[in-house]
Amino acid sequence: MTLRPGSPFGESVPRAGGIARVTGALRYAADLKLEGMLHVKLVHLPVGHARINGIDATAALEVPGVRHVLTAAGLPSPVPRFGPAFHDRPVLAAGEVKYYGEPVAAVAAETEDAAAEAAARIAVDYEEVDGAYTLDDALARDAPLVQGPELRPDDPLARTNVLREWRYGWGDVEGADADVVVEDTYEFPMVSHFAIEPFAVVAAVQDGMLTLWSPIQHPFVLQRVIAEVTGLPMSQVRIVVPDLGGAFGGKGYPKYEPLMAYLALQTGRPVRLVLSLDESFQASRRAACRVYIRTGVDAEGLLRFQDVEADFQIGAYADIGDRVVSKASYTATGPYRTPNVRIRARSVLSHTLPSTAFRGFGVPQLAWALESQLDEAARQVGLDALEIRLRNLALKDEEFIPGDRRADGRWEQALQRAAHEVDWGKPVPEGRGRGLAMGLKSSATVSVTNAIVRLHYDGSVSVLVGTTDMGQGSRTVLGQVAAHELAVPVDAVRVVLGDTSVVPFDTSTSASRSSVFSGNAIRLACEDLCAQLRSLAAELYGVAEEEVALEDGRVRFPGHEVTYEALLREYFGSSRGELLGVGRSRARYLPGHPLGGAPSFWEVVAVACEAEVDETTGEITIHKLVTVSDVGKAINPKHVEMQDEGATVMGLGHTLMEHLILDERGLILNLGALDYRVPTAKDLPKDLRTYTVENGDGPGPFGAKGAGESGILAVSPAVAAAIREAAGVEIRDLPLTPERVWRALRERDGAAGPLEQAARV
Amino acid sequence: MGTSLHELSVTVNGQLRTLRVPPHHTLLRMLRDDLDLTGTKECCTEGECGACTVLLDGTAVDSCLVLAVEADGAELTTIEALADDEPLDPLQAAFVERGAVQCGFCIPGMIMTAKSLLADNPQPSRADVVEAVAGNLCRCGGYTFIVEAVLAAAEAER
Repeated sequence: MTLRPGSPFGESVPRAGGIARVTGALRYAADLKLEGMLHVKLVHLPVGHARINGIDATAALEVPGVRHVLTAAGLPSPVPRFGPAFHDRPVLAAGEVKYYGEPVAAVAAETEDAAAEAAARIAVDYEEVDGAYTLDDALARDAPLVQGPELRPDDPLARTNVLREWRYGWGDVEGADADVVVEDTYEFPMVSHFAIEPFAVVAAVQDGMLTLWSPIQHPFVLQRVIAEVTGLPMSQVRIVVPDLGGAFGGKGYPKYEPLMAYLALQTGRPVRLVLSLDESFQASRRAACRVYIRTGVDAEGLLRFQDVEADFQIGAYADIGDRVVSKASYTATGPYRTPNVRIRARSVLSHTLPSTAFRGFGVPQLAWALESQLDEAARQVGLDALEIRLRNLALKDEEFIPGDRRADGRWEQALQRAAHEVDWGKPVPEGRGRGLAMGLKSSATVSVTNAIVRLHYDGSVSVLVGTTDMGQGSRTVLGQVAAHELAVPVDAVRVVLGDTSVVPFDTSTSASRSSVFSGNAIRLACEDLCAQLRSLAAELYGVAEEEVALEDGRVRFPGHEVTYEALLREYFGSSRGELLGVGRSRARYLPGHPLGGAPSFWEVVAVACEAEVDETTGEITIHKLVTVSDVGKAINPKHVEMQDEGATVMGLGHTLMEHLILDERGLILNLGALDYRVPTAKDLPKDLRTYTVENGDGPGPFGAKGAGESGILAVSPAVAAAIREAAGVEIRDLPLTPERVWRALRERDGAAGPLEQAARV
Repeated sequence: MGTSLHELSVTVNGQLRTLRVPPHHTLLRMLRDDLDLTGTKECCTEGECGACTVLLDGTAVDSCLVLAVEADGAELTTIEALADDEPLDPLQAAFVERGAVQCGFCIPGMIMTAKSLLADNPQPSRADVVEAVAGNLCRCGGYTFIVEAVLAAAEAER
């Protein structure tokens, strides 16, 4: 590929919107204030599962300043339900609270204080009932059912808590012979997205449109859902997305927006809800997962078969949880060529807060199991972790999942680079160990992105596209794509996002798809625009279109050059006007495909780690951690580095410290920043590096693939492998807290002394 | 409600302000709601995340842990006191240039923490910076870049 001189493509252009973020000027959703706005507080109960007998709002309505109390009784009957796939989530709890934190009422008042006081005065008559709070609870024969069987009358699973069961496979697992067979069960806990920006929604009826300001990743999903629950046409529902203060999947799908839509419609006033951090913790999480996996290899370490059974603990409502299960489990065998495979994955409902998308979309849970087990198989056949992976890793263009997209990168380069960076194969410093792991994630399947590029009369450019900027930097990267294609400086381009009344449709900001899908749509829109510029120049100056070149914001042809501005001025004259380019990027629905469509690219990472364990405290010190991601081509290398490092740090969180802890009644014991620990600046590896492999073999602009999720996929198995080598302990349950490591150390030494017994209490 | 309001005078970003606030309102709420200084962010409201960091008489504090009435007579500095556009304060500029800003929600608090550090210790070591910002959570995980940015700003002001 060749770039014209001065192209911003592949340059680390500073973040668009960076200045507004360092000056405090950027208005996030919680910073918005509308004239006449009411403040909303939610009412929830200190229970995991309860029947609601009645709600008395009398005392709440007596609080000065209270304007409205909404309960299920104030909603259409039956209470409207919504969800991206299953329409199972009520706007407000109707007769039953199915998880700790599910709102049963909402209060709107003139001040936050009045709303809070009134919310505390709502009297709810309820009766706590047995719930299914763990996978074992939910899968028990006599488990309380989370969903009424009447919701899926034709489903043989209707009388169980299994929402869906997914089966994939190829070859013949039973018939496959292997020299070594290993089997184990691995656990991955519920973790919280914990974006620093809590959830916030503002809703108002404005100019004949129901408008919602929400930090939602997928504004067009929200628009559809609001139209569905209110009965309004989509043209009268406007979603505005202020740039998000982090999302990581947690802000993908509607949560409280339908409730806020009803409050705006019923009060006739703008309404604002800002969740506390504790409440935000009760709004989204990653699915916990238990993976049983059995792997057979031959004497050379070549994979013969894998048999995977994964149970994902999704929550009380499906949200996008079942798609997480189906999509992640489809790639449960990772980037390897495994000739015989059987995968069974279940999405298991429970009386817990609904899980949703979370960076990595289910893959970290499965990679934890797969990669850890691969190491065990390697040990048993006498290979090291690098060698067994190199022997089994799919090579470029190899079909590793039958009938699907072939390996689209030279993944061995990532693996070898990661190994090299931690001196793999050289002696390990005393007391330390090394680990290596890989991760593979399917990117977006069926989806659409439209883009409109407007070349204004003065030569400046507006790019309109439906994705959102949640910190990943789409605004910057997409501006670079347009600037490159139109041969103008990046400063001439403004990228407009996040307003469904202005920008064209985009399926979702998910699956690392924006650089590829929005990038391609913008590229096509720019090509459209460039063709118009050429044809216009040809018409005005009587030259052949093929003689016209576009460079440096100018139209050039032999003997003449003119700026875009001058060209448009000449063409439109006093009427003025603009040129409009339109583009669309689409991945098709494929009815026969298990995921409904083939992945547009594979997101692949290799991770290497060197770590040690404090034998007395169980604390882990990571001396070096390296990730190498195959990104095809980095449109903005710095942004890729920021994303990769951030994803890696987030992976360290669920590896070392993060887990939501539930009590036996389904209450979360560690809501909020004090009790739920995430990595701080002091928790980083002593040496943390991210690298990329860039062979230009992706489907995006100049061979880009999506980026930003790979870093999180395989941190856990790499760290655990290093710990195993350093201390001789194997832990199959995350996170690797000092306590858990310490227990494993004691067990290794065969000691169950008084301290150990005391600690078991 | 009938909560009585307390009158207080504070100097906010160099400007003397007189306000009447309920006794239970935090400094954070006063800044965001009464003065519309929304650059200071609200997250955990329990002094763990650092998003609401401001300078109270020159010292970095979590404004969610200080009652508004406690700030009576004090001098407050928020992110809005720094540059509001280019040319930026060296810390602000370094944060943008070094890739320390992703979603940006933690950044005002980070910068105010760093501001306080550099005022006390103009040439901090890397360890000093890490220690100083360890009370500010960045879920985008941009700590390496943030630490680099603070060191670069210190260097720029040398």
